[in-house]
Amino acid sequence: MSEELLYWQALNRAMDAELAADASVFTLGEDVGLVGGSYRVTEGLMAKYGEWRVRDTPISENSFTGLGVGAALAGMRPVVEIMTINFMLLALDSIINAAAKIPFMSGGQFSMPLVIRVPGGIAHQLGAQHSQRLEHTVMNVPGLRIAVPSTPQDAYWQLRQSIVSDEPIILLEHELLYFSKGAVDMLADAPPMHRALVRREGRDLTIISYSRHAILSREAADQLAKEGIEAEVIDLRSLKPIDWDTCATSVEKTHRVLVVEEDCRFAGAGAEIAATLAERCFDSLDAPVQRLAGLDISTPFNGALEAATIPQVPDIVAAAREMCRPTQGNMAGTKSASSPKPPNSGKATAAEKAA
Amino acid sequence: MERDTLHRMLRDMLLSRAFEERAAEEYTKGNIVGFLHLYPGEEAVGAGIINAAGPSDYIVSTYREHGHALMRGTPAREVMAELFGRAGGVSGGMGGSMHMFDSKLRFMGGYALVGESCPIALGIAYAVAMRELPEAVICFFGDGAVNQGTFHESLNMAGLWRLPLLFVCENNHYAIGTEIHRHSAVVEVSKRAAAYNIPAEKVDGMDVLKVYDAARRALDRIRAGGGPQFIECDTYRYGGHSMADPGSYRPAVEVKAHKASDPISAAIREVEFRYPTQAELADVGPDNIGHLTAHMVEAGHLAEADVEILKKEVQAIVEDAAQFALQSPQPTMEAAWAHMNCNRHNEVLI
Repeated sequence: MSEELLYWQALNRAMDAELAADASVFTLGEDVGLVGGSYRVTEGLMAKYGEWRVRDTPISENSFTGLGVGAALAGMRPVVEIMTINFMLLALDSIINAAAKIPFMSGGQFSMPLVIRVPGGIAHQLGAQHSQRLEHTVMNVPGLRIAVPSTPQDAYWQLRQSIVSDEPIILLEHELLYFSKGAVDMLADAPPMHRALVRREGRDLTIISYSRHAILSREAADQLAKEGIEAEVIDLRSLKPIDWDTCATSVEKTHRVLVVEEDCRFAGAGAEIAATLAERCFDSLDAPVQRLAGLDISTPFNGALEAATIPQVPDIVAAAREMCRPTQGNMAGTKSASSPKPPNSGKATAAEKAA
Repeated sequence: MERDTLHRMLRDMLLSRAFEERAAEEYTKGNIVGFLHLYPGEEAVGAGIINAAGPSDYIVSTYREHGHALMRGTPAREVMAELFGRAGGVSGGMGGSMHMFDSKLRFMGGYALVGESCPIALGIAYAVAMRELPEAVICFFGDGAVNQGTFHESLNMAGLWRLPLLFVCENNHYAIGTEIHRHSAVVEVSKRAAAYNIPAEKVDGMDVLKVYDAARRALDRIRAGGGPQFIECDTYRYGGHSMADPGSYRPAVEVKAHKASDPISAAIREVEFRYPTQAELADVGPDNIGHLTAHMVEAGHLAEADVEILKKEVQAIVEDAAQFALQSPQPTMEAAWAHMNCNRHNEVLI
């Protein structure tokens, strides 16, 4: 039986359920207690579970995150909320040097059941220091897992799964998704935490995205359908590990890939996805994997400029349309169709070999 | 003080000293590579504090932690094999000199970032307090750490929530190569605890009896619900910051800073890749081990001949540890991956 919930409410239900289920679960962070969290995720929980289990902290990101690491070493299951991802920069020693490495460095002597919840992304005109994504930073750290829920249902499932896991997990929550609504079935069996889901089936190209841009990609796919282009939309739900099988299966069907991300293009998640799919699916690709990403620019405060720095629905539609456009001598949708820009050098070579 | 405690502390200090001297030798031979931070000079701190702790207390340490691990009870074989990077090491050869972990003994790790032990210990203390257990957490750090944000942040939270946490500053007067007057506006480290409402005491860190007494009193106050406590141990390391550091900055800097009147400078001036000779140490007064030995002989706990016997015992332990380390197998990549995924169990990720 499902219920319509906002994204923050789904997280709140998940937190409540885990606090009730296991006395070793506790949460801490700036304003998570009396105030109930900047995005209401911990609303009502301090009243219900007391201040030791829902702890307001001073503004000391590195040390309260390190507190979570220490508590995890001593058998607790801490859920650390870092108010925004921008402040996570101050906690990277605890996350990267401690949480990610201790189980390994100790020769497997310790578990690290630590969850770090981080709101982030570009919201509405918060200025450059409050409008960034840092998934690229944590993606490059062995020992961490990263979930990126885009729907209330995933938020509910993935927070609960993170808390019961014995590995350190970062949950990247998008600030513009907290008040999005969706059906949440609290009794349904969850898919594995890091499995990608095909949100929309299609035959002409695969759009791979995550977090808020997975939602935007789906909107773009609905518009593309009106033009006769059927895009398959994959919501990765996880950035570490990445469900390559689901991506590859789709590429084998559509032969074209567009990666859509809010993060800056340079050395971002899209670069990793494009490179890996190019290696793994070379023979199935009719065109180079394309990336649509945030610009390599600090986020401007001005609203119009801010919007111009990240992919919007019309940009996704245009990029997909361009990739599916028939080129001279070719038909859209056929195996040999290629993207005119840049020249399809790799596929041409493969075609020559086949000939 | 009980005779057994005195004996244990003397043995711990002698073992730590002999172990580190052997480690330095093995480093010179090439059996140990990488960073190697040695403890000679500071043994009274570890021995006094760790012997005052109970078996259910937790220890969180730094990168200069071989002595701490030995004093806590980790077999010398496992500490030496870890220095060699072998599979028989306490961390399976994955951690190395700066990352000794021994979960069975609640030895919660050596941490290689200055000031990093503070938040880790804070979290363990939070877990203890939350469950209302009668345990305490001991957090070691040096004088270099007191200028890190984590030190202040952790003291603040420990003071705020009255956590069962004993902060122990091993003040050896040097933040790597920078002497304390050149790195701290206030050189009396213990004063800083006052800002966070944490009772603090400064003790002679070269005198294990004083360190032990202070630790017992502090742990008693913690167990009585007195909240966090702070002990500053005034000590000195005889070698450089690590084996890669001859400590040559000390004569030059100290001659300028303290002039020639500082008695310790006399011994330090000669320091290169070696420790001062016994004669040089005798010139600067009894060292920490000498101090305890003298006390024990004087109090009738120990005949001078016993010290020689103890020294032989620890030498045999260290010799055995080095042989064990040499013969311990190299860890495999399979083992490395198993450690990497040690907490995955049967979890299905995708």
